[in-house]
Amino acid sequence: MEQDFDADSFVTQAAAALDLPLSAEHRPGVVHNLAHISAIALLVMEFPLPEKTEPAPVFRP
Amino acid sequence: MSGFSGALDIAQAIRDGKMSAREAAQQALARVAALDPKLNAFTLVTSERALAEAAAIDAKRARGDTLPPLAGVPYAVKNLYDIAGVTTLAGSKIEAAKPPAARDATAVASLHKAGAVLVGALNMDEYAYGFVTENAHYGATRNPHDPSRICGGSSGGSAAAVASGMVPLALGSDTNGSIRVPAALCGIFGLKPTYGRLSRAGAFPFAASLDHVGPFARSVADLAACYDALQGPDERDPVCRQGPAEPATPELARGVKDLRVAVAGGYFAPENAELREVLMRAAKALKAARTVEIPEAARARAAAFLITAAEGGALHLPALKTRAAEFDPAVRDRLIAGALVPSAWVIAAQRFRSWYRDQVLALFQESDIILAPCAPGPAPKIGQESMELAGAKVNIRANLGIYTQPLSFIGLPVVAAPIAQAEKLPLGIQIIAAPWREALALRAAYALEQEGIAAAPIPTL
Repeated sequence: MEQDFDADSFVTQAAAALDLPLSAEHRPGVVHNLAHISAIALLVMEFPLPEKTEPAPVFRP
Repeated sequence: MSGFSGALDIAQAIRDGKMSAREAAQQALARVAALDPKLNAFTLVTSERALAEAAAIDAKRARGDTLPPLAGVPYAVKNLYDIAGVTTLAGSKIEAAKPPAARDATAVASLHKAGAVLVGALNMDEYAYGFVTENAHYGATRNPHDPSRICGGSSGGSAAAVASGMVPLALGSDTNGSIRVPAALCGIFGLKPTYGRLSRAGAFPFAASLDHVGPFARSVADLAACYDALQGPDERDPVCRQGPAEPATPELARGVKDLRVAVAGGYFAPENAELREVLMRAAKALKAARTVEIPEAARARAAAFLITAAEGGALHLPALKTRAAEFDPAVRDRLIAGALVPSAWVIAAQRFRSWYRDQVLALFQESDIILAPCAPGPAPKIGQESMELAGAKVNIRANLGIYTQPLSFIGLPVVAAPIAQAEKLPLGIQIIAAPWREALALRAAYALEQEGIAAAPIPTL
């Protein structure tokens, strides 16, 4: 996945989808961070979870 | 009464009539005036409120009323807590233009009810997104053990205020390590309770799935007393536990003979030799009998990172659209990138959280307490970008939470305990218990303190 992932064009499109203007000054940092997040996401996405695992946000005392 | 007394000592002295609450408040305000110029922990000193709260305690005593447990104890809060009549900054410039809070955060109201006296608000990383408290708007908070070093973050002002003796108690918040990392770097005790134990209402959110609030102190008894005062259900926080408080204070001195203590291995085995040594010293004192492997800890950290980025980004999206240039540059680009994260990544991270929680809970079948390092080494220098870890140069901001993040990810209660080391920068450990078993972690910390292994001496500034 990460080989094909183009963080730069993703940032452009995703920011447009959210109507989030990006200044030229901030853009490189955002692309850098998004690329970093995508590498971290791979660690989570590649893990084979049982199909029906549901999120369970709180502990029941 | 010395200038640097603990919370319970001050409350006792006031109860006994050895000092007034007014004197205690004035002494704390004088310490802040003398020490804070060297540390930059406070962003606001609430002298008027402190003296009014103290006067109310003195009036109570004069009437012969029973005083509450923290009567007259000075404390301060990370500046993300609402203080009635004060604008909540959350470390940002953007919030500074907002109206003042109409009421106290639940935690502040609870401490008021317990008799404590608020002396001010404390510096932090902007919107709690950081581990360093080098804030672009309000400056860096300095470590009382060496002012050329960081105090950790994001509750850095809270840790510095307590470690320096300015106040005996402070409140912080912890999403990925923001109580535990500064507690370790400043050499004090901190408690990140179970997710849902303490109300977060009126504390500025960061990543709601992972946000916790909790106290800092220089002794375990003070830490437990503050924690006990903060407990209780709260309709204003949907995550907050229903049901009565479970005070930890009566449990503290029960000893550790019946506790099964383990040390976390693998991912949590410290690279730093001194850290390894302090961890082993604590393990020996608590008669740790085994090493346990917390499975998939690196992946847990990754999942926590994703949830934090996405929830933080979504929370701040409106301001990122219109006022991006006013954010701290260290925070802004990470928040924007987080706002763009695909939802499937976040949901996968939440599902992984459920799987991982079950794996870790199984470890508590055979252990009551698990010990792990806290911060990966002593406090770095202010402005330092990278540090040595596992023989590699790594980014400080990204790595100070390596040992804390996989634990808050599933909301386990953890006491950060400073391990005594003469003439050296502080190092801390994490004392981890099963959900809702804060009292066990506090008992273990208390035992370490009684043996002189954990201690939070105030450095000479």
